[in-house]
Amino acid sequence: MKQMNLTILSNECIAEDIYRMVFETGEMLVEKPGQFINIKIDGFFLRRPISISDWTDNTLTIIYKVVGAGTEVMKEMTAGQVLDVLLPLGNGFDIMQSGERPLLVGGGVGVPPMFGVAKELIAAGVKPVVVMGFNEESQIFLAEDFEAIGAEVHIATADGSVGTKGFVTDVVKDLEYTSIFTCGPLPMLRALDSCAPAEIPGWFSFEERMGCGFGACMGCSCKTKYGNKRICKDGPILERGEIIW
Amino acid sequence: MVDMKVNLCGIKMDNPVMAASGTFGYGKEFAELYDINMLGSFSFKGTTLEPRFGNPLPRIAECEAGLINSIGLQNPGVDDVIAKELPELAKIFNKPVMANVGGSSVETYAEVSGKIDKCEQVGWIEVNVSCPNVHDGGMAFGTDPGVVQEVTEAVKANTTKPVIIKLSPNVTDIVSIAQAAERGGADGVSLINTMLGMGINLKTGKPVIANKMGGFSGPAIFPVAVRMVYQVYEGTGLPIVGIGGIQTAENVIEMMMAGATAIQVGAANLVDPYTCKNIIEQLPAVMDKYGIDSLSSIIGGAH
Repeated sequence: MKQMNLTILSNECIAEDIYRMVFETGEMLVEKPGQFINIKIDGFFLRRPISISDWTDNTLTIIYKVVGAGTEVMKEMTAGQVLDVLLPLGNGFDIMQSGERPLLVGGGVGVPPMFGVAKELIAAGVKPVVVMGFNEESQIFLAEDFEAIGAEVHIATADGSVGTKGFVTDVVKDLEYTSIFTCGPLPMLRALDSCAPAEIPGWFSFEERMGCGFGACMGCSCKTKYGNKRICKDGPILERGEIIW
Repeated sequence: MVDMKVNLCGIKMDNPVMAASGTFGYGKEFAELYDINMLGSFSFKGTTLEPRFGNPLPRIAECEAGLINSIGLQNPGVDDVIAKELPELAKIFNKPVMANVGGSSVETYAEVSGKIDKCEQVGWIEVNVSCPNVHDGGMAFGTDPGVVQEVTEAVKANTTKPVIIKLSPNVTDIVSIAQAAERGGADGVSLINTMLGMGINLKTGKPVIANKMGGFSGPAIFPVAVRMVYQVYEGTGLPIVGIGGIQTAENVIEMMMAGATAIQVGAANLVDPYTCKNIIEQLPAVMDKYGIDSLSSIIGGAH
């Protein structure tokens, strides 16, 4: 973990209430896909933890949803502004055991970290199957980006406006895959676990209210089969076999 | 060259800056960022006889100028702390550490302290009689002078280390509580723990924290802490560790002028993990600015 002052290169709306912010980093700051950054915003006491979507040796991209007062301020930020950021945080996804046909499932604002996973897999010569779930067409983002890097993309919308009508599990039940990497709302993670064959390995990214984001305050602890874990430091990614649903 | 050294209950410290219990874990996360030996010391995560998971989530919420927490003393239990955490700590920290202990009865406070007493790394035992987030102990102990005296006596009987009683601000008269600790034989007091607070989520119409109430901390509580340190300095002869909303070197000096011998930084560590380091580095310049040669000379100077 480092504390950095990062300059915003761009901050744009890419779907309903969804924004993409790109920072200039000057160096490679991310270790694994699925890690997150914790941003200090003037006027707010605690930082805002946001997952990393993409990165290069000179940039870092986050995609966030406007859900409260902090993200309301973030969406108004412009290129050139400098933000105090702690990063990289969290354990990240380990793609080593993906097998030849990994399944990447993102629900809503859980989609962004899946992009980093897809890029890593493709760089390793593995083509992932991506399933994205949204409520409706206006909320869809990143689908073209996944296709552009060569992933197989499936979309589920609750209202049926695009792709399969229903939830991600309505798509996943007809697919064959060797592993699961996922991030999204808790009910989605739970449903995925229920529908996936028991022998399939999986890595599930969890969201929780955090204090510090780096393991000091115990604000985001959860119980696992391997003992108590801090979502921010020992997670946010838990291995399927250790999760207590 | 300014002198930042202080002496807390017979233990010399290079400077008065400590990290507060519950905001610094057992030091590991911060040692990844900087050499934590530059600290005066720190008070490790509140430790109880048995392991505790703590309260249901969410147990952290932001508010204006601070946060509300109801962690509920999550810790691996004293035996695990002694067997695993302290040996790990020895690799990264070579100064006496402050052991923060909690209990659910007078006996358990005494028993945990007895176990900690055997740890050479531990300089002081800080007794948490003020946690607002546990139902079976904590603040219930710290709001009754008779019980505070009893806990203090029981802990003192089980250790030769200096005993510092950590006080709750959620009382009508903090001086009477501090005096009870003094009667019980305490070597010092630390104050203040968090203030009982609550936040309500406008969308759900319910308290933000699963446990409903939690401890409010952050810069907003600094004036309350200064006032209580000032009062306790007048009302007892005990050395005081000043805690509550400290974020800057100026805050440290103010707290010491009110009567603190040492200080602890709490909530600020969670937002900026370099806060203690920055304060220590800025103290000499701020001392210069106010013509202070020696920090120990300003303790209680406001009286």
